[in-house]
Amino acid sequence: MKTSKIKHSSPYAGWLLLAIALLVLAPAVLSDFRLGLLAKYCCYAIAAVGIGLAWGRGGMLVLGQGLYFGLGAYAMAMHLKLADAGPGGVPDFMALYGDAAVPWWWEPLRSGAVAVVVILVLPVIVAGLLGLAVFKRRIKGAYFAILSQALAAAFAILLIGQVKTTGGANGLNNFQGFFGYALFDPANKRMLYFVAAGILLVSILAMAWLHRSRFGELLVAVRDGEERVRFLGTDPANVKLAAYVVAAVLASVGGALFVPIAGIVSPDDVGVVASIGLLAGVALGGRASLLGPAVGALLVGYAETSLSEAFPGSWSYFQGALFVLVILLLPGGLAQLVGMAKRTVAHRERPALEEAAAR
Amino acid sequence: MRTKISSRLLAASSVLALGMTATACGGAKTGDTASSESCLDTSGDTVKIGFLNSLSGTMAISETTVFKSLSMAAEEINADGGVLGKKLEIVSEDGQSEPTVFAEKATKLIQDDCVAAVFGGWTSSSRKAMLPVFEGNDSLLFYPVQYEGLESSDNIFYTGATTNQQIIPALDFLKQEKKIESIFLVGSDYVFPRTANKIIKQYAAANGIEVLGEEYQPLGSTDFGTVVDKVKAAGADAVFNTLNGDSNVAFFKEYKGKGLTADAMPVLSVSIAEEEVPGVGVGNLEGQYTAWNYYQTIDSETNKEFVTDFKAANGAKAVTSDPMEAAYTSLHLWKGMVEKADSFEVADVVDAADGVTYDAPEGTVEVDGENHHLAKTALIGQVNGEGLIDTVWSSEKPIEPDPFLKSYDWWKN
Repeated sequence: MKTSKIKHSSPYAGWLLLAIALLVLAPAVLSDFRLGLLAKYCCYAIAAVGIGLAWGRGGMLVLGQGLYFGLGAYAMAMHLKLADAGPGGVPDFMALYGDAAVPWWWEPLRSGAVAVVVILVLPVIVAGLLGLAVFKRRIKGAYFAILSQALAAAFAILLIGQVKTTGGANGLNNFQGFFGYALFDPANKRMLYFVAAGILLVSILAMAWLHRSRFGELLVAVRDGEERVRFLGTDPANVKLAAYVVAAVLASVGGALFVPIAGIVSPDDVGVVASIGLLAGVALGGRASLLGPAVGALLVGYAETSLSEAFPGSWSYFQGALFVLVILLLPGGLAQLVGMAKRTVAHRERPALEEAAAR
Repeated sequence: MRTKISSRLLAASSVLALGMTATACGGAKTGDTASSESCLDTSGDTVKIGFLNSLSGTMAISETTVFKSLSMAAEEINADGGVLGKKLEIVSEDGQSEPTVFAEKATKLIQDDCVAAVFGGWTSSSRKAMLPVFEGNDSLLFYPVQYEGLESSDNIFYTGATTNQQIIPALDFLKQEKKIESIFLVGSDYVFPRTANKIIKQYAAANGIEVLGEEYQPLGSTDFGTVVDKVKAAGADAVFNTLNGDSNVAFFKEYKGKGLTADAMPVLSVSIAEEEVPGVGVGNLEGQYTAWNYYQTIDSETNKEFVTDFKAANGAKAVTSDPMEAAYTSLHLWKGMVEKADSFEVADVVDAADGVTYDAPEGTVEVDGENHHLAKTALIGQVNGEGLIDTVWSSEKPIEPDPFLKSYDWWKN
C-alpha cells in the first residue's frame, strides 16, 4: 500500500521539483546568456516529451522528429521574416539571392494568427497522412524508423536546394521582433524563456494525464503486444497514429519556440543529426518514464554546451563516451537510477520498520 | 478521451503562453533601437580575444588549420609584448560546422567572456549566422575566407578576397591567357557557388563567353558521374569549379577517369588550396588552375619566415594556404588598428581601421575603412607535381575591394 502510494505521487513531486528549478531557481541564478541557452534546451525538451510518448510508450522509434521540429521552426521563421519586412515587404535574403518577390506559399504567414495555426495544424496533417499510410499497412520496427529518418533527411535537402525561398544552407536568421516585441531586449528574451519553460511543464502534465488515460494504457498494450490488442478488437493503427501525431505537434511547437530563442534556424537543425540529437536526450533520461525524456533532453543540451566549452577540440569524444556508458550501464536511462535508488531505500526502510515493530 | 485531453493541453498551454507574454509588457517593442554595452575589461595585464572555428563536423578539416595559424599569430604577438602592453588571452570555441552553433558561441564569447574581438568562421552560412550577433552586440568579427561578396557590415572585417579580387581576375585570366570562348560551371549547392555563378554568367554575357552548362550538387555529394558526362558532352573550353570539400575528390577522380585533361579542358577552382590538394590527390589535380591571393610558394622573406614558423609549430608536412594566411594576417591587422586607435573599444578600433597596413606573407595589405575589406593582389596558380601551387599569373598590384561590384557596369544584382 505504502509503496504504491509513493509510486503514484512521485511523478508529481518530480514535476514540482522541475517546475521550481525552471521557473524560480534558474531565472534567479543564471545570466541572460545562460538562461537563453536553457530556453533552447527547453525547446528540445518539448520535442523530447513527444518522443517519449511515441517511442517510450508506443514503441515507435521516431528517428526523424527533426521534420516536425523543422516545420514549426520554418513556419515561425518565415512569419518573423515577413513581420520584420513590414506590410508588403520582402525579406532581406530574397532580395540578395532570389528575384526579390515573395512566393505565394510565404504570403499567408504574414499573419501571426495564420502562423500559429500552421505551427499547430501542419504537423497534424503531415503526421496524420504519413501515419495513416504507414500504420494501416502495419509497417513497423526498423522499416518505420528508416522511413521517418529518410523524411527528415529529405526535408533538409529540400530546404538546402531552395536557396531563393528558404535561405538554403544559411537558413533563416536576423529576426528583429517576435509578435511586436523587440528581440534584442533582454527582458523579452527572459519572457521567451518563461514561455518555453511553461509550455514544457504543461506538456509534461498533459503526458501524465495521457499515460493514465485509457489511451495511454492502450498505447503501452500496443507496444508490448500489438497482435493481442488487435484480437481484442481495437485497431492498433489508430492508437499509434494518435501518439505519433501528438509527438509531431510537440516537436513543431518546440521548433517554433526555438526560432526566436536561438535567433536562427538552418537545415542543420532539422536534418538527421538533429533528429538523432533529439532522440539522444530521450534515451539518456529514460524513454518510458514521465520526466525522463524532458530531463534527459535538458541534460544532453547542458552537457553538450559545457563539454564543448571546456574541451573545444575534443568534446565530441566525451559526449560519445557518455552515451556508450549510459547505454551499457543504464539501458533504461537515468530514470532507472531513480528506480534503483527507490528500491534501495525501500529495502533499507523495511527491516528498520520490522525492527521497530518487533520492539 | 484523447481529444478532450489534447484540447485541455492546448487551452492550458495557450493560456500560460499568453499570460507570460502579457507580463513582458515592460520589454521593448519592435522599432525601438538597440543599445548594448560591452563588458570588455581592459584593466588587467591581459585582454581576451575569441577564436571561433569548427573543430568538429564536416568543416573541421579546413577550419582547424585556421585555428592553428591564428594561434601562431597570437603567440608571436604575445612574444613581442602583446597589444598596447597587454598579453592576449585566447578563448577558443568550437563552431561544430553548424550555423546555429556559430551564433550561440559568438554570443557566448561576446556576452560571457567579454572578448575584445572574435576571429573565425569559414562557410558563408557561419558568417551569415554570426552577422546579426555581432551587429546586435556591437562587437567585432574578423572573417578570414574568400567569399561571395555583396556584403559589408560595420562589425565585420573581411580579410579574405571578395569576388573582384578572386573570381573576376580568374575570368580575366581565362579570357586573356587561355582565350576561352565557352565555359561550364560546376558548384556545390549553397550561396557562394550560386552567387559566384551569377557573377560569372553576367561577366560571360558581357565578354562574349558562352556558358554551356551549370550544375549543382549538394555539399558533401560524391556522385559526379552524370555531371562529368555533361561536362564532357558540352565540350567547353574551360570549367569553373566552385565545389567545396569532399565533392572535389569525387569530381576530379571522375574527371580524370573520363579522360579529361588539364591541357584540353582546364578546371579553375576557387576552393582548392594547398591544404586540400593531398585529399583530392596530386595525380588528379596536377596542371589544374586555382585562384587565390596567397600560395605557399610565394617568394618573399616574410612568407619564408611564415612557412618555416608554421612547419616548426605543426610538423614538416604541414602546408600553408590562403585562408590560413588571411586569418594570421587578420590578427596582426587588429593589433595595428588597436594600436593606431590606442583603445580596445569597438567604435575606436573601427574609426582607426582605414589605411592600416600589414606586411603579410601575401604582400602588403591595406584596410579599406569604408567597406571593411582589404586591398589584395589576385594570383592564378597551377598545381605542381609536389602538390604545391605555382603562381602563373598575377594582377601585379593590389586590387581595391569592391564587394558590391559597383565599378563593373555589366553587373546587375
